[in-house]
Amino acid sequence: MAFSTSKAAFWNGFRDGTPFLLVAMPFGMLFGVLAAEAGLDVLTALAFSLAVFAGTAQFTALQLLQEQAPTVIVLISALAVNLRIAMYSASLTPYLGAAPLWQRACAAYFTIDQSYALSIVKFEDTPDMTVPQRLAYFFGTCALIAPGWMLATVIGAHVGAQVPNSWGLDFVLPLTFLAMIGPMLRTPAHMVACFTAILCALPATALPFNLGLIVAGTVGMMAGAQTELWLERRLPPKPHEMT
Amino acid sequence: MTHLDPLTLWTVIIGLAIGSFALRFLFIGLVGSRAMPAWLMRHLRYTAVAVIPALVAPLVIWPTPTNGQFSTPHLAVACVTFAIGYWTKNVLMAGAVGAGLLIVVQMTLM
Repeated sequence: MAFSTSKAAFWNGFRDGTPFLLVAMPFGMLFGVLAAEAGLDVLTALAFSLAVFAGTAQFTALQLLQEQAPTVIVLISALAVNLRIAMYSASLTPYLGAAPLWQRACAAYFTIDQSYALSIVKFEDTPDMTVPQRLAYFFGTCALIAPGWMLATVIGAHVGAQVPNSWGLDFVLPLTFLAMIGPMLRTPAHMVACFTAILCALPATALPFNLGLIVAGTVGMMAGAQTELWLERRLPPKPHEMT
Repeated sequence: MTHLDPLTLWTVIIGLAIGSFALRFLFIGLVGSRAMPAWLMRHLRYTAVAVIPALVAPLVIWPTPTNGQFSTPHLAVACVTFAIGYWTKNVLMAGAVGAGLLIVVQMTLM
């Protein structure tokens, strides 16, 4: 459906984004809890969420900081796990690229899994949306999730300060990542990337400065990309089979 | 519990803030509507599915709660969590079951 005003588009995005609060809040709280366990106070944890606003990167950085990894490795690894936001940015560009620069800068900050996934479907399904309507929809999807993420971080940081060490929370972070990996493995190439990375990561822990992560991640990425190429050559896509 | 050096911590927070914004702004702000090279997009597609497992694998084989000693119960909890995530595509359910099993394991081991 087309929208009569940007306001209608905003509220449509707002409604579409609301259910994702149920996903964002528990992860935000978990980040707060683990940040508190790592010794961050509530304000620092909140500053972390406000400044970075990228869950995967925040979790990765927290883990590596606790492993006393060199700062450069922490930064590279945390940004690498979040390279998908660069893909989102690339994919949204044809729809939002004509907006004024300051609006694109705001949209960049709010580019997260949820806003991207909802918006790209909406923009593809509704080709006659104007650029201001698209931006309004996009910001609408984040209107609850962004403050929800910050609030959840604060709640989690308060809770985390009370949690005793014997609960084994150190292991919750790997579990969180494991839960996230499953749904990402959509194609055989994803599987190859994942299991190649795992096989490389174990011996690569012998490398100094936590470099093993970067080496194993890079090898996994290349394995995934090569598998995709190889599968494309063997099985050319047949659009008529898509029905 | 280790204590993080505030300078390192804030360097990471500020660096990640700038880096994450740069990643997000890179294309929408700077590239505009020009097409991206196919090889770059092909590698970007596999970054998360490669880097996250590479981060997790050593933590599962040498878990922190057992001070890095291999632990079959922790490996089992990890495998179940991954399997539920893979089959149900439901991150929250996988995380909840994993956390529940971890509590059982921790209570049994302690």
